[in-house]
Amino acid sequence: MYPSRFRYEAPRSIAEAISLLHEGGDEAKVLAGGQSLVPLMKLRFASPELIVDINNLPGLDYHQEDPDGTIRIGALCRHVDLERSALLKSKQPVMAAAAPLIADPIVRNRGTLVGSLCHADPQGDWASVVTALGGHVIARGPDGKRAIPMTEFVTGPFQNALAPDEIAVEAVIPAPKGTLAGGYLKLERRVGDFATVGVAAAIETSGEVVTRAGIALTGVGGSTISATEAGQSLAGRPLTAESIADAADLAAAAARPRTDHRGSAEYKRHMVRTFVVRILSRADGSVERAA
Amino acid sequence: MTIVYEDRGDEATSDVPVNRIRFTINGQKMVAEIEPRLLLSHLIRRGLGLTGTHMGCDTTNCGACTVLVDGRPVKSCTMLAVQADGHAIETVEGLSGPSELHPLQEGFKAEHGLQCGFCTPGMMMAAKALLTENPSPTEEDVRWALSGNLCRCTGYQNIVKSVLWAADKLRSQS
Repeated sequence: MYPSRFRYEAPRSIAEAISLLHEGGDEAKVLAGGQSLVPLMKLRFASPELIVDINNLPGLDYHQEDPDGTIRIGALCRHVDLERSALLKSKQPVMAAAAPLIADPIVRNRGTLVGSLCHADPQGDWASVVTALGGHVIARGPDGKRAIPMTEFVTGPFQNALAPDEIAVEAVIPAPKGTLAGGYLKLERRVGDFATVGVAAAIETSGEVVTRAGIALTGVGGSTISATEAGQSLAGRPLTAESIADAADLAAAAARPRTDHRGSAEYKRHMVRTFVVRILSRADGSVERAA
Repeated sequence: MTIVYEDRGDEATSDVPVNRIRFTINGQKMVAEIEPRLLLSHLIRRGLGLTGTHMGCDTTNCGACTVLVDGRPVKSCTMLAVQADGHAIETVEGLSGPSELHPLQEGFKAEHGLQCGFCTPGMMMAAKALLTENPSPTEEDVRWALSGNLCRCTGYQNIVKSVLWAADKLRSQS
């Protein structure tokens, strides 16, 4: 399969990339890891006239921690870098749990987290993780920078809030205010398949009390689902088997699964509940295991 | 190097965008003039005539087209050839010397790591990257590293054994 014909540019600076995008308008598309865009172009689901390859832009392959604990992931940071990251292993259990579950090891060598967010696939894993963590995306365009909260970044299936001449240059995960725990669980038929169901859960605790909780769902709706009520139900009280069961019920109620070849809607909803219980029961060793 | 396209008469030849790229293939320096929509797998198979890189699914699933780009395994059906500009590509043809098999190839032979052989080049390239990074992998490490490559014949058992065989051989040589 071939993509349809396009013009290719590989700018050396962000300013040049933005001006190319501005000139290309609706028909221009940013290429980073290409692990979603190239397949879409081959299937002719996407036929951009101009490809702006950002792989030669310097200084975007980082993921790093600010002194205050904020984690920043550049647009060219590959999944494999996050999978092997000592920083995430020690500081960011939710991202560390998700990184090895993205696609397969070969795709992880090229694909990027920020690209995955932009692709906005309802079955994309990172969008749920960044949503659960309360993260945002930094976009750069002709008028400068702006921060877009993850909950507003995905506007629908395969749709994001970027203007045609904006580039998502960074994903930002705010510093936890207490102790951070949580994880990401994904049900897939085999390695590399899209998620049948994925659940990201992040819990911040101060002493025994949960100060903030975020839960987001992959593959059980037309776009990434933020299970806001489930998260809010956990806040302000200790994590117990009862509070976990409440949150799991609310998360399952927030899911909008459809029956397809990966499973029935009922099964997927059940798995959302099971995954919330599993992640949260492991979040704190002192809690009675509910799963 | 020449790549010939069908002339459908719908676009003037002058409208076809052409980019010039420089890259190395199995250590040899190359220059190519290509249309940007050409995939790396097509550049390798049709442009360079290196048909050891197989195309199975053409949808980023099977890993048969895996090659190394700057040492890292990549599915060559999911990278534009124009993106190879300035990079080093290694294919299965680069494994062996003029008269000797690479230990991975020997391993696949000794442990019956293939039946139809279609997935084998991709398996070997993914395995090569693993053994470069981790000369003493466990069985689990091998299974993990090859989890992006599909085989419909072997059930994987002998592929894993083959890679472990090659790891032993490479360690004994060094």
